[in-house]
Amino acid sequence: MTAAMEPASADLAHFGRFGGRYVPEALTGALDELDVAARDALEDPAFQARLDWLRRDYGGRPTALTLAEGLTEEAGGARIYLKREDLAHTGSHKLCNVLGQGLLAQRMGKRRLIAETGAGQHGVATATIAAKLGLECVVYMGAEDCRRQHLNVVRMQLMGAEVIPVESGSRTLKDAINEAMRDWVTSVSDSHYLIGSVVGPDPFPRVVRDFVRVIGEETRAQVLDRHGRLPDAVTACVGGGSNAMGIFHAFLEDPDVALLGIEAGGEGLDTDRHSATLTAGTEGILHGARSWVLQDEWGQVRPTHSVSAGLDYPGVGPEHAWLRDSGRATYTAATDAEALEGFSLLARREGILPALETAHAVVPTLRRARELGPEGIVVMNLSGRGDKDVDEITEVLEATGQAPGAGAQG
Amino acid sequence: MSAGQPAAPTVPGRVGRAVREAGAQGRAALIVYLPAGYPDLDTSQACLEAAAEAGADLLEVGFPYSDPLMDGPTIQAACQVALDHGYTPHDDLAMCARLTPRIAVPALVMTYYNLVWHYGGVDRLDHFAADAAQAGLAGAILPDLPASEGEPWARAAAAHGLDTVFLAAPASRDATLDAVAQRTTGFVYASSTMGVTGARTALGSEAAPLVARLRARTSDPICVGLGVSNRAQAAEVASFADGVIVGSAVVRAAGEGGPEAVAELVADLAAGCREGHAAR
Ligand SMILES: Cc1ncc(COP(=O)(O)O)c(C=O)c1O
Repeated sequence: MTAAMEPASADLAHFGRFGGRYVPEALTGALDELDVAARDALEDPAFQARLDWLRRDYGGRPTALTLAEGLTEEAGGARIYLKREDLAHTGSHKLCNVLGQGLLAQRMGKRRLIAETGAGQHGVATATIAAKLGLECVVYMGAEDCRRQHLNVVRMQLMGAEVIPVESGSRTLKDAINEAMRDWVTSVSDSHYLIGSVVGPDPFPRVVRDFVRVIGEETRAQVLDRHGRLPDAVTACVGGGSNAMGIFHAFLEDPDVALLGIEAGGEGLDTDRHSATLTAGTEGILHGARSWVLQDEWGQVRPTHSVSAGLDYPGVGPEHAWLRDSGRATYTAATDAEALEGFSLLARREGILPALETAHAVVPTLRRARELGPEGIVVMNLSGRGDKDVDEITEVLEATGQAPGAGAQG
Repeated sequence: MSAGQPAAPTVPGRVGRAVREAGAQGRAALIVYLPAGYPDLDTSQACLEAAAEAGADLLEVGFPYSDPLMDGPTIQAACQVALDHGYTPHDDLAMCARLTPRIAVPALVMTYYNLVWHYGGVDRLDHFAADAAQAGLAGAILPDLPASEGEPWARAAAAHGLDTVFLAAPASRDATLDAVAQRTTGFVYASSTMGVTGARTALGSEAAPLVARLRARTSDPICVGLGVSNRAQAAEVASFADGVIVGSAVVRAAGEGGPEAVAELVADLAAGCREGHAAR
């Protein structure tokens, strides 16, 4: 394994000109505490052993790397592999992050976890580790998202978490983050804010990345093992950017491995109903970090849209902003319609119901596989499973007259 | 906003001087926050003028931002009203340019860093500072800009004669307080409690020790905010701090009774600022 490549800037808190810590002074003490705890923990064999045990015996790691025969045939090009984060406990890559941060919270002596959630996957994962470690858990979730991801609300409640619907602003993920931060400012002495992606003020983007990068480390070893070489391209959907950062990181120093992030193109980039921050945003400061933001010319954050709650976010992690800037990774967008097409392809050709977030990556991955031709190898991060989305998908398909069985029943 | 003469030329140091003058007159300074554009631009200007006439020593003009994470429900809701009108920071500055020639006390802008940084483009601190000075504003408070990240703004502010205000919190470590003291040119904003804006029934016990820790580090005035909502609380804070900052309670008065209600509350708070100082 190559050593982790650090950002060009000597200053750990920044990725080039991105990142930093733009938060109320009241939080800087807690962020320093987290920074120190995380660095200590990464060098503590006992912490690593406990994390490894949780990942393996509780979380189901390493996750499989599946050759997607149907998709490969469909694309008619490179071999397509799926990194199966849907098979991890709770059904998504989000577990990697919460296992690490949960143990850190315990190490810092916190008794309460605060989380925000969009799709509910991160909320479920946080509720899971809270139950496992005996910590209190409060999850902020946009009122609109509580509706579209109701199954996950119930899952969180069954594990003893309190779910607080957020009615302010656009009632989605960004407002849930605002509310979680407000809670944290007030409760910082006994609570840890378990942020759900590689976003937020320093050190969160680093800390989260260091817990999710296991995805890419496994992928790299799995592909090398089977093919004796690295893949030509690695792809992932990008909301805040954690599953993408997780699978990209181990390949950063392999310049021949193309890294492709796929954002939510919503109803199209020519409309303002999308969430494609890196593809169609501008530089700005949101949720404590300098990165890219979907905002108006004055810096007011714009309402976003995506068929998937987990990608419906106007910001993106600062390390992605830096990877885009340096050209190491490229970013594109897939529309709602392409995501539904991707969902259907995975369901019908692979027997996998992916999360709607994940489904965004499918069509661009097939496109890349076609460009690479039959000698190529592409790995797509299958970041989560789609049980939570079946109602939402059925509703959308019904609205467009494509619901399953709609034809059969006339 | 980019051409013509300043409405009132900005002289650095006005903010700290206003607080000190209040002290010389035997009271803690009263600093009143109201958002621009709530319930509309003209009424917000009238409320700010009423506050100045009723005894505020300094005004904080809030420029509404879409994601105000230091604000509690009262200020969030008021700012949302202004945003729903479609007012931009440009409109807010234009209101300030009309306001400042009509008041005898300094006014500061209070907003979030992205609006200042992004002002009509990318990395525009200097443009914002220039236009704020031209609108007659005396300084800025940016609650999500900690002193550790404050160097670029401190430079832009200094270039245009604006005073800076940085925040300190009860949990701030000594090194942080040192940085806050060093970067501040106006007054230090000491948070009375760990939390966001909003009226509270009781003030915590953390403010006085924080003020004492700051006194050991700076000769700048130290003002206390977060949670102060009535005359008794103003008096309590005035007994140990140089200034008392009131936001949510005045915003509520503006919403319920307009400029008259603001004037009434401000006069009462100002009395508290005298009583508390006298009791020292
Ligand atoms: C399955 C799945 N994939 C992706 C995402 C997007 O987040 P990120 O970009 O941080 O991986 C989410 C967020 O909820 C998710 O649930």
